[in-house]
Amino acid sequence: MKYEAVVIGGSAGGLDALEIILTALPADFPGAVATVIHISPDSDNYMIGYLDRRCRVTVKEAEDKEMIQPGRVYMAPPNYHLLINSDRSLMLSAEPRVNYSRPAVDPLFETAADAVGPRLIGVLLSGANQDGSRGLRRIQENGGLTIVQSPETTRAPQMVQAARAACSVDHVLSPEAIGTLINRLFG
Amino acid sequence: METDIQESRDIEIDLLLEAVFRKYGHDFRDYIRVHVKRRIDHRMRVSGCNHISEMQHRILYDRRFFETFLQDFSINVTELFRDPSFYLAVRREVAPVLKTHPHIKIWHAGCATGEEVYSMAILLREEGLSQKARIYATDYHPAVVQQARAGIYPIDMMKEYTGNYQKSGGRRSFADYYRADYDSVIFDRSLRDGVIFADHNLVTDGVFGDMHMIVCRNVLIYFNRNLQHRVIRLFIDSLLPGGFLCLGKKESLRFTGCDHLFETVSDSEKIFKKRLFDSGDRIRRDQ
Repeated sequence: MKYEAVVIGGSAGGLDALEIILTALPADFPGAVATVIHISPDSDNYMIGYLDRRCRVTVKEAEDKEMIQPGRVYMAPPNYHLLINSDRSLMLSAEPRVNYSRPAVDPLFETAADAVGPRLIGVLLSGANQDGSRGLRRIQENGGLTIVQSPETTRAPQMVQAARAACSVDHVLSPEAIGTLINRLFG
Repeated sequence: METDIQESRDIEIDLLLEAVFRKYGHDFRDYIRVHVKRRIDHRMRVSGCNHISEMQHRILYDRRFFETFLQDFSINVTELFRDPSFYLAVRREVAPVLKTHPHIKIWHAGCATGEEVYSMAILLREEGLSQKARIYATDYHPAVVQQARAGIYPIDMMKEYTGNYQKSGGRRSFADYYRADYDSVIFDRSLRDGVIFADHNLVTDGVFGDMHMIVCRNVLIYFNRNLQHRVIRLFIDSLLPGGFLCLGKKESLRFTGCDHLFETVSDSEKIFKKRLFDSGDRIRRDQ
């Protein structure tokens, strides 16, 4: 199989798109998925439980030092950055905010790009800021595949516009089409 | 990035960390690699060094450059009454036990700029424990310990901190504990009466004995499993039987191989209690 893992980032409106993508994945999806959606520092775990019930893949909060596994979706907890080590273990970090946010998309994308290289797919979704551009560019530089949500399907297009200015993105698609494409690439 | 380049960079990082350890005694070799890489990348970008080896040269020959590098590694993101629910749990679950002791010793390991130390000092005062409590507040970075001792913080954070204090079960007016001075606030000096600030490196220094409670929040996440295990052992040796260990909200004992030596007081707030007896542990140590 060409790919091993998917990283997904988003902000305002990103959660809706994420739900469409994740519900498209089958229970035996052979890749690991790590996500950062901008959330407030005191938000609870409600979204994780909701997505886990809606999806066939397992959706859980990322825990420090756990190894990523196929068929699982790891979501960054509030107030911590999520990073991936080259041994495929996750790390949570309380480093300062990046792009005014913690968790931020760039730390996940950049570390995943270094760890997983050309076997990584990066997906950037709806959002009203510029987080994720640097990370998506790094994914491309390291040979991974880059996908952004098509601006007309986003609630806020700034995030994907910034990413398209930073690198030549491989695919610009609706959330439904992103789900289909990921399934095909892992099929 | 090609694997070959990655491999060379990994060697450069190994050599850099070795150089820092041998020259300055600070040991980052068992820090999580991805974190180390990010801090080094950051310093490279800011300093204009083109290669890690170039940075290594500057670190070896320029002590001031090393100081900035050291600053990069100490993550001093903290707040007064950070995670208010933690302090609420300390008030409810831990303070009643501490009250039964004639005197109490608390170790704040990795205290950074001290916000959480003053939070604990305020909590102890409100629980009527400050007279018999001694807090040892330590960090490996001397400049940071100096800041902690000063207890001066930016005034624009006070609104948020006051909210934290109230959510933590605080019963007074938060402003009673500090005085404003231009853009800063200075915490009441009497809060420091029972506090001893000191340099201490968890990686290379030894035991702090007979503690009733150790608070070490958001420090272990930067360590690899091997170092986490070593530091937890250090805490076990420093704690009295029945002593409390408080970790960060997203930290756990799960991967340290020591979880059987503690019972859980609060799973959500990561408060643990050292078991009174553990014969299994004694046997393992004798081997």
